[in-house]
Amino acid sequence: MQFEYEIEGGNFSRAGYASSEVKKKLRQLNVDLKIIKRVVVALYEAEVNVVAHAWSGIMRVDIDRGRISLEIDDEGPGIPDIDKAMEEGFSTASPEVREMGFGAGMGLPNIKKNVDKLNITSEVGKGTKVVMVTYL
Amino acid sequence: MTVRDLVNELGLKVFSGEKGLDRQVNGGYVSDLLSDVMGNAGEGMVWITLQTHRNVTAVASLKDLSAVLLVKGLKPDEDMAQQAGEEGLPVLGTDLQAFEIAGKLYSLLNLT
Repeated sequence: MQFEYEIEGGNFSRAGYASSEVKKKLRQLNVDLKIIKRVVVALYEAEVNVVAHAWSGIMRVDIDRGRISLEIDDEGPGIPDIDKAMEEGFSTASPEVREMGFGAGMGLPNIKKNVDKLNITSEVGKGTKVVMVTYL
Repeated sequence: MTVRDLVNELGLKVFSGEKGLDRQVNGGYVSDLLSDVMGNAGEGMVWITLQTHRNVTAVASLKDLSAVLLVKGLKPDEDMAQQAGEEGLPVLGTDLQAFEIAGKLYSLLNLT
């Protein structure tokens, strides 16, 4: 089963909408609650990254009997140094975004802790693709 | 202990989300960083914070927190109150600062 949601860059009033829709879907599908809890953390962080840094993005969710695959594909500035971005505490968020309590450099580490597989590819000036897999 | 019990015991304001006042409270978490709450808070906790924008509602709902408690007399932004109302997420308020209200909540939860 596959579904997808659009994510609007810069629009914080809608941040979390896509993650919340996916959470509802996973509940309907009777996915283990412990797994939903972890997946939701990773999804929300990835969604907020698109809102905070990119221009637009798509969240694609693909579920089968053995795994949930989540892909967040954005058009945006890209990440020049992914290893650096993965470091706890490192952030390039704007002061406005930080004032809202985002941009603490915890997003990508939160994602890594909450999925079984994480793969990030990025091209500067074009965009970033985050692929996360969790086994059921 | 329910959110309603907390409101009564601690004299809290209820800004929004009255529908959720019978939710069970099993702890609390104090933080103004959304990713910190996302990564570390647990289901049923009351989130004590000074953040008053709508993303707080989104995080609280995604994490199945029992309520949000705003400190120092702060009020939720209009869109936060509205969304919390729609989702039945209680948004509470106190004039105390985070340390004081967290202390009170901590002892209250340990008494019951």
